[in-house]
Amino acid sequence: MRPVIPYVTAALLFGLGVYGVLRRRNAVLVLMAVELMLNAVNLILVTADTTVRAQLPHGGQVFALFVIVLAAAEIGVGLAIVLQLYRLRSTVAVDEVALTEGRPTDSPVEPALTRSGAGNGAGARTRPGSVDRPEGER
Amino acid sequence: MTGADVLLLALGAVAVGSGVLVVATRHLVRAGLYLVLCLGALAGMYLVLTAELVAWVQVLIYVGAVVVLLLFAVMLTRAPIGASDDLDRPGWAAALIGGGTGLGLAALLVDAYRWTAVELPDAGTAERLGDQIFRSWVLPFEVLSVLLLAALVGAIVISRPDIGRPKADQGSDRPRADQRSSEGRSR
Repeated sequence: MRPVIPYVTAALLFGLGVYGVLRRRNAVLVLMAVELMLNAVNLILVTADTTVRAQLPHGGQVFALFVIVLAAAEIGVGLAIVLQLYRLRSTVAVDEVALTEGRPTDSPVEPALTRSGAGNGAGARTRPGSVDRPEGER
Repeated sequence: MTGADVLLLALGAVAVGSGVLVVATRHLVRAGLYLVLCLGALAGMYLVLTAELVAWVQVLIYVGAVVVLLLFAVMLTRAPIGASDDLDRPGWAAALIGGGTGLGLAALLVDAYRWTAVELPDAGTAERLGDQIFRSWVLPFEVLSVLLLAALVGAIVISRPDIGRPKADQGSDRPRADQRSSEGRSR
């Protein structure tokens, strides 16, 4: 077995996951890209389990099982957050979420946004700073 | 090239190809179905890499539970069935970072392993993995169960709107937002 094949597959899958997280606007698609990254790490762990002779056998596969459980917990909480976001804003676009909201001082955006009903995405879109934020802030 | 190599190459091509479709398709539901294909191909790679238990757990939890949850979320957020144009940000930066990460890691791993071959070890059956988990990794295993419980409770608390709302609800969202932010501070 040539270990370079699954290793390169995992590296490419991780790159795809990074690309998906940065590129997608829909929060559910962002979660799918996160799943791609987690699976790439799992593949690395399982392959390393076959190539590295460790003192404890099958440590990599045990870690892969742990990562799968962590991913299940992550997807549960993540989807709860996404559904709550949809309930508040009736949109799941991640770049329409105001980052300034929820500060202890005041919450200026929330009432105006939620009161305008279904068309509130437009209100968020026209706010300065919500669209042309640099990539590094997200 | 042995049979295992050919299988790994084919399954890896399927996984990467459907991964590309997951991050590139314009249909939300199809992205979830391509994710099933990608995760299934990965389970096949685990089988070839003699990780039996991990492969079946992957099929059970990822393909069976996680993707179903994702598809539920797609349905619950009233996603359009057809193609939608607003799924993507204009992202040359995303392509740059993602491609750089993927190709950089691939170059690193190719440089590290070249074309060497290794013998496959004993298969990771449920018996051997269970022996390891409950002998060497039992403390992380128990901590993980606590984490699962915490995630469960957290998901319920987040998704129930009647928890943490003040008693006198005037129908506006303002007191709820204030309550949330004060909760966040007190945590």
